[in-house]
Amino acid sequence: MDYLQILSLTLTQAFGVTALIYLFAAIGLNVQFGYTGLLNFGQVAFVAAGAYAVGVIVLTFDLSLWLAIVVGMVVSTLLALLLGIPTLRLRADYLAIVTIAASELLRLLVRSIAFKDVFGGAQGLNGKLGRQFHDLNPLPADVALPVFTWSRQDLWVVIVGWGLALLATLLVWGLVRSPWGRVVKGIREDEAAVLSLGKNVFVYKLQALVIGGGIAAFGGILWAVAKQSVQPDTFQPDVTFFVYTILLLGGAARVFGPIVGSIIFWFLLAGFGELLYALINNGYIEFLAAQQVGSMRFMLMGLGLMLLMIFRPQGIFGDRRELALDAR
Amino acid sequence: MLKRARLAMGVLLLTSIAFMVSGSFSPASAAESAIIGTLSTPGGEPVAGVVITATDADGVITSGTSDDKGVFAVPLSAGGTYLVEIDVATLPDEITLNDEADASRSLLVLGGEKKILIGLSEGGESGIVSVESGTTERVIQLLLDGILYGLMIALGAVGMNLVFGTTGLTNFSQGELLSLGAFTALVFNTAGLHIIIAAPIAIVFCAFVFGWGQNRILWRPLRRRKTGLIAAMIVSIGLAILLRYTLVFFFGGGQKSYEQFAGQPGLEIGPFNTTPKALILGVIAVIALTATVTWLQRSRIGKATRAVSDNPALASATGIDVERVISVVWTIGAGLAAFAGIYLGMTQTSVWNMGQRVLLVLFAAVILGGLGTIYGAIVGAMVVGIFVQLTTLVIPTEMKTVGALFLMILILMVRPQGLLGRRERVG
Repeated sequence: MDYLQILSLTLTQAFGVTALIYLFAAIGLNVQFGYTGLLNFGQVAFVAAGAYAVGVIVLTFDLSLWLAIVVGMVVSTLLALLLGIPTLRLRADYLAIVTIAASELLRLLVRSIAFKDVFGGAQGLNGKLGRQFHDLNPLPADVALPVFTWSRQDLWVVIVGWGLALLATLLVWGLVRSPWGRVVKGIREDEAAVLSLGKNVFVYKLQALVIGGGIAAFGGILWAVAKQSVQPDTFQPDVTFFVYTILLLGGAARVFGPIVGSIIFWFLLAGFGELLYALINNGYIEFLAAQQVGSMRFMLMGLGLMLLMIFRPQGIFGDRRELALDAR
Repeated sequence: MLKRARLAMGVLLLTSIAFMVSGSFSPASAAESAIIGTLSTPGGEPVAGVVITATDADGVITSGTSDDKGVFAVPLSAGGTYLVEIDVATLPDEITLNDEADASRSLLVLGGEKKILIGLSEGGESGIVSVESGTTERVIQLLLDGILYGLMIALGAVGMNLVFGTTGLTNFSQGELLSLGAFTALVFNTAGLHIIIAAPIAIVFCAFVFGWGQNRILWRPLRRRKTGLIAAMIVSIGLAILLRYTLVFFFGGGQKSYEQFAGQPGLEIGPFNTTPKALILGVIAVIALTATVTWLQRSRIGKATRAVSDNPALASATGIDVERVISVVWTIGAGLAAFAGIYLGMTQTSVWNMGQRVLLVLFAAVILGGLGTIYGAIVGAMVVGIFVQLTTLVIPTEMKTVGALFLMILILMVRPQGLLGRRERVG
């Protein structure tokens, strides 16, 4: 067994494109859930909005990718308003159910035959979605990193992606240290108290939803650009729950929580899978079939989410007092 | 690409044309009875070589194969009710049925030629399925389908609402209780038991293992630890993911049918077209729900349940053993949910994510009726079930869940406490 190869594959995934997409969603969720205490269970809708903005603008309408990024931000803002205005006055558990329902509703709409000419139906939109971005790739053709095994194209995405992720983290860091950040944290702790100070709680919640949604939509844009394909059935509600697991692992309401959580989450998930595959392929484990490894990874994830929530809801770096888990 | 944009606007027109193409019929050619039709892709290309069989009440099988124009004719000896089956294996690789239920259906042929519609999809992209019959007939048929669907949702939702009422937990793993019911019955069924015997055993097994046991092992210790309700909700999500992929681990990702009644010939009662199994299951569901309601109204523990839902602290102070009530509620809820799962497994198929698919409809039912209100789940389920089926009159079948979710969001904006809920602050 080649342990170095397993480690190399694992690290490549832990810092790779998929991890980055989830990282953006987690940074956004940290603003909404971690700091403001909004139980948004429809985060996947924002990722889908970003991805579909690129797909529709670049492929359906044959326009520029840069315009698509602007449209992605506009669409995610509209989505946040549409989702937030009717629901943000509701109790936490109602908000959770409505947001998850809205994300499913959107997925069913974009995959429907009625809008097939715009959104591509169940097959989604596939083509050279990120061409304009990849044309800017300055890396030499024979670029190779030690340990990591990204292609030249993926490496370009990863470099830009991590740069933007750090920028987003910096933005969140600035936001939560501002007066605005103190108000939203106040809303999380005691909505009535903030209300009695004359703050418009509803508007602050809406702003948090818009900002968090916008950051998540960036993950969606990255998805479309990197994978050159947008498919409706990849935006299942489970994506939102993976994002929750990442955020809770690193620690909600911590600026670096999503980054730490994301790296650890993907390291464990990928490492477990790769190790198991290697053990099966080398004949060390005979009672498992290779196709069962995929489901075992998700079983582990579900169990991990349960145990995390029961025994250490504040995650690795979180502060238990800074966790909005008792709102009702 | 202005042309594309215009195409997008004409989408409804386009899809209706696509439907007409896939549903165009062969010209009348024979005087005797036959089931006829034309198979074509949503793109309009004929699909040849597909075998369609018809089995009459005596078990006599006749079949027809679609020719290179996609036209098929299954000759019949006389009028009567036939089980019409499409041999899915003979469909070309990229082509699938729009609706799995189309693979086998019952059909009443009065004599002469009966046209049937088969919705085909190419590469996962679906066409439109439609029932060809008069609007009134269709409304009546959809009402029946809606009532049966509503009964299934009610069975699944009662437990969820009872648990919410007594413990405050919004259970995101309720859907998996349905899946576990269907798959437990499948295990007993595969082991050689007839489904009529396997189903009750599975229901009792699920009630005690996945209901009572789940509460004992997981939720009671969590309540003791004073875990917050939102934390508990997230735990239930983790549990749902764990259970779902455990099903994939053991049973794979495919669809499973029980050994008996899988392709039951249909039944025509007046304007209704259904299968005996769906009707019998519907009647049992009504009995089970009536029993649950009576139990809640009359029995000591039922009254205690309502008291705990109303105010746990006060109930506890009057000497009601709240934990015992919660145990009973979990057991009964899981049993009913298991029945709902078997209902789905018998009338459709069992698949690992069947519970996840139905979860949001359960939420819609519970919220419509009033989260935590005991009878709300049943009322909400019936409304959602009938509403979902009737909306297929105006929107494509593939989008019927959209209607249910939209209804739920609407009710939350207008009357967040639900139809039967008490007015209280939910914001």
